[in-house]
Formats: sequence, structure tokens, C-alpha cells
Amino acid sequence: MNTPQALVEERILTYGTGSGRYRDLGAHLGEHGPVPPTTGAALIKLVDQSGLTGRGGAGFPTARKLAAVAAGTSPVVVANGAEGEPASSKDRILLSYAPHLVLDGLQLACRAVGAGAAYVYVHEGPLVAHMENLVRARARAGVDSVAPTVVAAPARFVSGQETAVVSAINTGRALPAAVPPPVYVKGVDRRPTLIQNVETLAHLALLVRHGASWFRTAGTDREPGTMLCTVGGAVPSPGVVEVPIGTSIGDVLERAGGPSGQLGAVLVGGYHGAWLPAAEATELALSVAGLRDAGASPGAGVLVALGADSCGLVETARAVGYLAQESARQCGPCLNGLPAMANTLGQLAGTHPTRGLVERVHALAATVDKRGACHHPDGTVRLVRSALRVFAAEVRTHHSGRCGATDPRPVLPVPSRTAGR
Amino acid sequence: MSQPRQMPGVARSPVGRLAVDWIACSGRGLCAELVPERIGLDEWGYPIIAAEPVTGDLLPHARRAVAACPKLALRLQPS
Repeated sequence: MNTPQALVEERILTYGTGSGRYRDLGAHLGEHGPVPPTTGAALIKLVDQSGLTGRGGAGFPTARKLAAVAAGTSPVVVANGAEGEPASSKDRILLSYAPHLVLDGLQLACRAVGAGAAYVYVHEGPLVAHMENLVRARARAGVDSVAPTVVAAPARFVSGQETAVVSAINTGRALPAAVPPPVYVKGVDRRPTLIQNVETLAHLALLVRHGASWFRTAGTDREPGTMLCTVGGAVPSPGVVEVPIGTSIGDVLERAGGPSGQLGAVLVGGYHGAWLPAAEATELALSVAGLRDAGASPGAGVLVALGADSCGLVETARAVGYLAQESARQCGPCLNGLPAMANTLGQLAGTHPTRGLVERVHALAATVDKRGACHHPDGTVRLVRSALRVFAAEVRTHHSGRCGATDPRPVLPVPSRTAGR
Repeated sequence: MSQPRQMPGVARSPVGRLAVDWIACSGRGLCAELVPERIGLDEWGYPIIAAEPVTGDLLPHARRAVAACPKLALRLQPS
């Protein structure tokens, strides 16, 4: 077991998240110094050497994305801070406390691919005005060569999916689109478009300043660097922490104060992620490689600890109900299948489930899996299948007319929806 | 002149794969009637494409289904 001190490798959140203040441009440049003049192919090579991967959930090698977009004509770059996942706060925290790293990274990404247009796409609400102010301050200081446009991302789960990002900027509606063509071929204004998660851009801003070798001093060989994680659920200090990739999930939970009591399970990777039994999860490394065999992945770094006194079926049913509402309602299997799955899970999570519901959930999962334009049905299926696996004992308890939960308080955050959406 | 004899196995060799544009598809179900060997329907009437590729013997049927889709939502991708 590592000591907590050894775990603290903070590159982005160098001044914590509790102080309630962010660094203005002067303080930011004082701490980090100016952005080095590296550009074009040299910059892409540096990113390749660093091994930086996307921090938005898919974990794609950033250098390959940069190279693909750089090969096109007059490309566009988008900093993606939509963060539609209700259990994730890391992008909001990052943009609140270290926004200039993101905006530096956006400029660097523009230079790497030769873009003359840039967008900052952030979760609707106060972040929009915050980012607009910062963009103006940087324009006054003359630090940016490309002036970004700030665009509000609708507070919907799928708003951050790449094709939805393009749709939001092009049309004002964040709807996923059919692929092909991929956005790196035809995206914003029908131009080749690079969409990078805001955290990826912050890491880019740091690695260009400090070098690829420095970047690799944290994390694993295959997945270098640190990552921001949102830790929630049964921990005393839920919030966003920065950890080296490959840190054990148990150690990440320690950074949030450790489990509040006995844990039953951990949701790894958010609402398109997977439940794992707590005893298994805490031993696993938070990395793509460390979680692959367990059928999970770090996603955008969401971890939710579920106490043994909560019911995973009830939690999953509520989350899937939310995910069903969040369907963009464009693809038949998702539009019909997710509500049916949520409804069946709801019955299963009740106290008088009829026989055959588990089989019905599995059949619905098989029906919707990979049958949509975006990954919303696939991700939801992953969550549901993991729940049936991990909470099999809870299913038996419900069939005997009881629920194992002694604490009825909801754990997974689900935004309430009102009419008008 | 006799017709050139079809080489044995051509009828069974894969020539392509059917794919659905899920946003365009509205579940009319014509495709499943035209290529039942490769397309079924889910409980809401949306196509379920078989894992097996389209083989030479089914190619005319697959092409007809692609052409008949009222939403232009069915494609035949070369394998």
C-alpha cells in the first residue's frame, strides 16, 4: 500500500480545488511560464513521444488524432468541456480552477494541426461567461494567435459525443450523427475537426513546457501521465482528485477520504461504465490495461463507491431510467429499447419482481447493443450487464420479496428533468 | 455457346455486409422481407442484421433491399 503522500502527483490541480479561487492569466503565466514556440510536425512528434491519450473517455492516442486532422485542409479545433455525465465534475473543476492550461492547450492544438478556427464548448451555465471573460482577457494580453469562440453545451448526457459536438456548433442542437464521415474528415463548417477533451488540452499545455520525458514520469509506460478523477458515493470527501494513471482504485478512494463504511461495489467509468465488486475493484489499477480483464475501463475517471447498505439494483434502475430519457431519440433501438430496459430493471428493483425479468433485461440488452449511431445504447448495455453480474445476490433478495438496502438515500446523481426538453 | 459455369463456392463466398443508418431508419421492415436470410426484425420492427456476410447467392436480394428502402437507410458495404 502506498502512502498517501506518494499518491499525490498534482500537475493540473496544483493548488487544490477547495480554495475557491482560480489563477488569473498573470498568476498562471507566473506559475507555468509562457507557451514554448513549438509548432506543426515537431509538436505532434512531441505529443507522440509523451504517449498522451485522450481524457474524455475513449483514451485514444492524441498524436494520432492530431496527425489525422493535420492532414486535412483548414481544420478546426474544439476544446470539449461538455461533461454531460452527471457523476463527473472534473472538467467543470478544471475549467474553474486552471482554465488557462486548457486555453494554452487549445492554442497548441491549433498550431499542431494548422487550424485557424477554435471553439471552447462547455457545459451550459456559469462556465460559459467565465470562459468568455478569459478568452477576452487573453485577447487583450495578446497571448492567443487564434481567437476561440465559446459555445454552450446543452446539459444532456450525449452532448459531448464527437458528432454531437459538431452538431451543436453547426446547428445549435447537440445531436449525434451517423458516422461516416468521421469528424476529423468533415466536422464543424464541414471542415476537418479535432475535438479534444479539455483535460487532454491541459496536459498538452504542460507536456510542451516540460517535455515528453517529464510527462512520462507519472503513470504507466503504456498510459503515461496523471488523470483527473471524480470520486463520489460512500466516501467522506467526494470530489475531484488528480492521480497518476495506474493508481489502484483503492488508493484513489483514499484520496477522497477512503470508504465511509463497508463497500459493496464501485461504479468505474461512469454511467457508460461498469460496476465491479468493491473487493475486486479496490485492488485494480485505474488504467485501460488494468481494468480490461475485469470488463471495465477508466472512461472519464468517474468512480462511485456504493456502500454495502445501498442497493445496486435500485441505483442502476434509476441511472438507466435517466439514460433512457437522455436518448437523442433518433435511433429506433435506443428510443424503444432503453425505456423498456429501464422499466424492466425498475420492476426487478422492486419488491415483487416476477420471474423472467433478468432474462428479459439480457434479451433487451442484446437487442440494443451496437444498434445506434452513437455509443449511448452500447454504454448503457455495459452498465446494465455489469449490474446483473455484480448484483446477482441482490436480484435473489428482491425475488424473495426484500431489498438489501438499509440506507434508502440515492447514491448515483441523476438530474431532475422538467418539462420543456 | 453454353453459359460459363459458376465456379463452385462462389455462391457461398462473402461479397459484402449490410449496414443500417440508424438515424435514417424508421423501421418500415421492407428489407427483412427482401433478405430474410440476413435481416430479421426486433420487437419494434427495426432491422437486425445477421453476423454472417452477404454471400454471392444473396447479392441480388441484398441489392434489391438497399434500393427498396424508403429511407435510404440500408447500405451494402463491400467486404
